[in-house]
Amino acid sequence: MNVLAELAYLVASVLFIMGLKMLASPKTARKGNGIAAIGMLLAIVVTLTDQSILDFTYILIGLIVGSGIGLYLAVRVQMTAMPQMVGVLNGFGGGASALVAFAEYMRLSGDPSLSVWRGGDVSLDVLITIVLSLLIGTVTIIGSGVASAKLHGIMRGAPILYPMQKQTNGIMLLAVIVLGVLFVLDPSRWYLLIIIVFLSIVLGVTTVIPIGGADMPVVISLMNSYSGLAGAMTGFIISNNVLIISGTLVGTSGLILTKIMTKAMNRSLANVLFAGVGADYDPTVQAKEERTVIRYTPEDAATIIDGAQSVIIVPGYGLAVAQAQHVLQELVNILTARGMQVRYAIHPVAGRMPGHMNVLLAEANAPYDILMEMDQINDDFQNTDIALVIGANDVVNPAARTKKESPLYGMPILNVDHARTIMVCKRSLNPGFAGENNDLFYDQKTMMIFGDAKETVTKLVQLMKK
Amino acid sequence: MVSIYVFVLAAFVGVEVISKVPPLLHTPLMSGSNAISGITLVGSLIAAGEGHSGLGVMLGMIAVVFATINVVGGFLVTDRMLKMFKREPAKKN
Repeated sequence: MNVLAELAYLVASVLFIMGLKMLASPKTARKGNGIAAIGMLLAIVVTLTDQSILDFTYILIGLIVGSGIGLYLAVRVQMTAMPQMVGVLNGFGGGASALVAFAEYMRLSGDPSLSVWRGGDVSLDVLITIVLSLLIGTVTIIGSGVASAKLHGIMRGAPILYPMQKQTNGIMLLAVIVLGVLFVLDPSRWYLLIIIVFLSIVLGVTTVIPIGGADMPVVISLMNSYSGLAGAMTGFIISNNVLIISGTLVGTSGLILTKIMTKAMNRSLANVLFAGVGADYDPTVQAKEERTVIRYTPEDAATIIDGAQSVIIVPGYGLAVAQAQHVLQELVNILTARGMQVRYAIHPVAGRMPGHMNVLLAEANAPYDILMEMDQINDDFQNTDIALVIGANDVVNPAARTKKESPLYGMPILNVDHARTIMVCKRSLNPGFAGENNDLFYDQKTMMIFGDAKETVTKLVQLMKK
Repeated sequence: MVSIYVFVLAAFVGVEVISKVPPLLHTPLMSGSNAISGITLVGSLIAAGEGHSGLGVMLGMIAVVFATINVVGGFLVTDRMLKMFKREPAKKN
């Protein structure tokens, strides 16, 4: 590789970092994404011109087919399906890394049929990273596939548990390590790599199926990290720094997002991965509750909203399920035009992946300066006339603050109960995913409006227009 | 050994840069960084262009398909999302 090519790869790395840096603000984010894309184009052009590529046939076929599928997915995907989309893309990235690792092993072996080892001495780090790239890359493509299937409803979202699950997974991982060591000791044993790939496929399935649908944001973030790591490992194999740098950037990014999600869910990563939370969750189970709530109609709510100065809306995933975000934003526009202060309060887990709710509301034309994160807005609830909760439950449950024995205890929640009036649009009184009844619904200042979110909000829009 | 240096330093850069991205943009961050991890395409291209028609080249070609989906799909869908983030309320039709 010549110096010029090395420099071009360095420029590409810098463009990636600059692009990610510009994602820090919605004003520059789109340009940042474009800059990263230019970095990618540069890296590809340099590779095609500098590396000793002898035959462009397969490359062209691959690029055309891949671009077509990528374009199709990017244009067609619904914003609600973004978690699955990112999951699938993670999977392809991880899968590509694993394939390159094996192809590179075959090249190093010096014999395409793998019958004789003519590879001579291959350095230790290359051999180790071949094993790691195969393991991580394969787990990523299979695990992402399972996670996406769960999110897309192709597979049941509930955790699939069976006896000795953790133990068998542990044994398989141990087997991969042992086989990996045996391979490193004698790299001519190619069949060990095949067994490692096979075990990794099984691990990709068995490590994701015990995780419940509501925990998939964590899995997708983790797979994001894996896909980056697999890329970095492949960078070690072909000693290419641009792969190591960008793979590592993505690896850390995924880890940071994983940490943010688990913190917001009040869980440890181990608990998400291994506890099988949600196995006994049944959304049709009625709340065992003696207390009664007072039912209000949209008309009652409209009267109260009419006299309000400030409103904070707390959207949950139920809002997106009901496809009510567009009509909700219409309501926001009407209220804002009347001079009211209207903002959204977005909990980190309001959606099916980090930041998902923001994208859904942006699609509904909500300006981003009224999309407030939890820490920005939590102190403002006490000075707010109305907190309007739509399709959210656990993230506004005061039990997280007070009830020590609750699974929610300690989870950061939105201080909805501090508002002067609370309105909750919900289908029923059933508890949320954590299975904890919500005292908020029985609060003196809470108005429960039962029904479909879209119908209720549409009614409110009609009433407020008058 | 140099590779390990690059790996560790890149991890620190990653933490610094990523921590500054607000939760507002976490979904585009994931899809955008995801597209960047498609850089493994560089390795795929080399593997697919080795000139013989053995299994290695076939694996390379599949890798090129996968990585290209990752890159093209990732950057485009991120752009589609970021295009929607606007400051002013959109005009009513």
